[in-house]
Amino acid sequence: MFVLDTLVNRLKRGCETMPYPKGPAPALPDRHGGALKVEAARCGEGCDDCIPVCPTEAITRLPSKNVALDLGRCIFCAACVEACPQDAITQTGDHRMAVRRREDLVLGETGNEEVRLADALDKKLRKLFGRSLRLRQVSAGGCNACEADVNVLGTIGWDLSRFGIQFVASPRHADGLLITGPVTKGMELALKKTWDAVPEPKIVIAVGACAIAGGPFVGNPQILNGAASVVPVDLYIPGCPPHPLTILDGLLRLLGRLEEKLDVATNAKR
Amino acid sequence: MSSSTPFALLTNAAGISWAEVPAWPATDFVRATAAELDRGARLCAWFGVPEDDGASLVAVIAFDADNTLAVARSTPFSGSFPSLTLANPQAHLFEREVWEQHGLTPVGHPWLKPVRRTDGNAPAVGDFFRVNGREIHEVAVGPVHAGVIEPGHFRFQCAGEEVLHLEIALGYQHRGVEEALAGGPHRATINQIETAAGDTSIAHATAHATVMEALAGSETPLRAQWLRALALELERLANHTGDIGALANDVAFLPTSAACGKIRGDFLNLTALMCGNRFGRGLVRPGGCRHDLEPSRVAQLQERLKLAMCEIEQAVAWFWDAASVRARFENVGTVFPAQAREIGLVGLAARACGLVRDVRYDHPAGWHRFAQAPVAVWPGGDIFARARVRTLEIQRSGEFVREQLAAPADGEICCELAAPGASMLAVALVEGWRGEVCHVALTDAGGRFRRYKIIDPSFHNWIGMTLALRGTAISDFPICNKSFNLSYCGFDL
Repeated sequence: MFVLDTLVNRLKRGCETMPYPKGPAPALPDRHGGALKVEAARCGEGCDDCIPVCPTEAITRLPSKNVALDLGRCIFCAACVEACPQDAITQTGDHRMAVRRREDLVLGETGNEEVRLADALDKKLRKLFGRSLRLRQVSAGGCNACEADVNVLGTIGWDLSRFGIQFVASPRHADGLLITGPVTKGMELALKKTWDAVPEPKIVIAVGACAIAGGPFVGNPQILNGAASVVPVDLYIPGCPPHPLTILDGLLRLLGRLEEKLDVATNAKR
Repeated sequence: MSSSTPFALLTNAAGISWAEVPAWPATDFVRATAAELDRGARLCAWFGVPEDDGASLVAVIAFDADNTLAVARSTPFSGSFPSLTLANPQAHLFEREVWEQHGLTPVGHPWLKPVRRTDGNAPAVGDFFRVNGREIHEVAVGPVHAGVIEPGHFRFQCAGEEVLHLEIALGYQHRGVEEALAGGPHRATINQIETAAGDTSIAHATAHATVMEALAGSETPLRAQWLRALALELERLANHTGDIGALANDVAFLPTSAACGKIRGDFLNLTALMCGNRFGRGLVRPGGCRHDLEPSRVAQLQERLKLAMCEIEQAVAWFWDAASVRARFENVGTVFPAQAREIGLVGLAARACGLVRDVRYDHPAGWHRFAQAPVAVWPGGDIFARARVRTLEIQRSGEFVREQLAAPADGEICCELAAPGASMLAVALVEGWRGEVCHVALTDAGGRFRRYKIIDPSFHNWIGMTLALRGTAISDFPICNKSFNLSYCGFDL
């Protein structure tokens, strides 16, 4: 092959970076399901069908007798959706699920049927990080799927760096950590040291069911059930693993770089 | 070759009653295993099973040429046993693991230290082999690496740029997977298996499902086997494409690197088209598959696969056309065929040393009994060979998926599975994209898992990377590492 062929091919391919967030978000695969919605008010009297099928015990019964689904523990297997005879738990097809507070992932009660999406950082931090955010990624027991989908954001299709977000090699060059994995005992010290090495002010983003609550390994004696046991978390991005679009949405939401108008438009489309 | 062995014979994806597994006192058992390995058998698994006050050892070996597996065990004992490693280096990590998990000491083991045990809040990896001398310097890397990858620690002994010795310390990712599986199957079992190594979800889930089906004594519907075979090749396509891109990136050959990043995503999206998850989570289940491929979905898969295959062919052609790339890979990071055989390399790393080892061909189970892709082999054992094997496998997997999509199997995708049989042992081997994934399940009198052993191909192959680094420049480490692309969590479990 000659240089010319390479160039012609390159020109034919054109710009491969997606228009999102200025344009529409890429469609999720139809079987993906997206975020879950829980309307506990629809629960049947004495019905417990969803609780035993959940592999991570993400569904519990509240004192108010309603069921509650913790989207942080959820690995999106949809077993509960299949098991529920009342359609109280449904898939929304929405890729957006990142939240700032852990309790915002607990769904069920009236008014809390869906995730309460993340607010942006406060004005001062946004001024610092809004146009340039450098992250050090720490895999603390991650199975490599979350890592792979974080890596995907760096490819030409997503091109994360156009938002000024970049992964750096040293925590000393970073504004924060992006953590995947349930935090194994073997990684506890390494994670702590990496966190200590990031200069203030700093943020932490927990990506995936493992980093939020332990994922499929929740309760294993060898793990610490998520990043929050070692460092304070500023953003939770659920999924097993989260779709790259979900991760990107979370990051942009945190930096206040999503225009709500467009958000409403994408939402209405669904 | 296997006809004269005192071991109990079985085929891949089959179960055997525990009572039928021949048992010998530990010394005789080690001697018998060594004898079989000397005759050319390969060690697939070697692990302990807690029993009474001590433990018994179990060996699963493969006679690749005869398409046969063989198992044997020792009678329960505690204390020590003569090391198998001295004569058969492929046992060295297995023996360290047995020592760590059951306190059975392999007497004569050359480098006995923990594999993944934690001591407080970090692994107890112990001391490292050190080279002494005024000109020698030591380089320590990790556990937190510079990229978005999993943690491990590398310790290099260097003379200037040259690496004399590399020791790899793992264990940082130890999540207690095998311990959690004991007493199962639980409701989270399949999810833990799928995340044993995230990029190998399909292979691990298929191995688990196969073991469960062997324990139940039933076979899953053909259409489910067909779906699993498709998903397995899509997994291989995505990962090999990603690795070619990563190799290109590390030698600063950006056209291929940029293109492969995108094409890898296209392959992952094909898996997502099948089941909604880019890594194939929730597709394979004991007894069958959870999602079917309707004709419209088959058509969509065919179309998108064709496009992705055209693109990857182009990206790979750029890569191999560049003399700068070829020169960078040739004679770097070599594992010699004799070494590869001795340390028991599996998968593409073994095939890149000229060893014809492929579970899909040697021990066909499931759909691979009816349809196979040609085994991709390349001599040389260097980075060039490993990249070549990846390229060949991309072509052949793509062709395989194309052929299979054109001729779907009919029928159900799922069947009701009986409870696992009591006091049995079942073995499943699956050729994951890295190599042989081995699952061995032992059930108790109630049909629960008494011991569930998972061996990821990385467990066999990490030692290959340390050998490959010897005598190369330390700056060759990144490309050497990428050419193997081994799993940390699959090893640590």
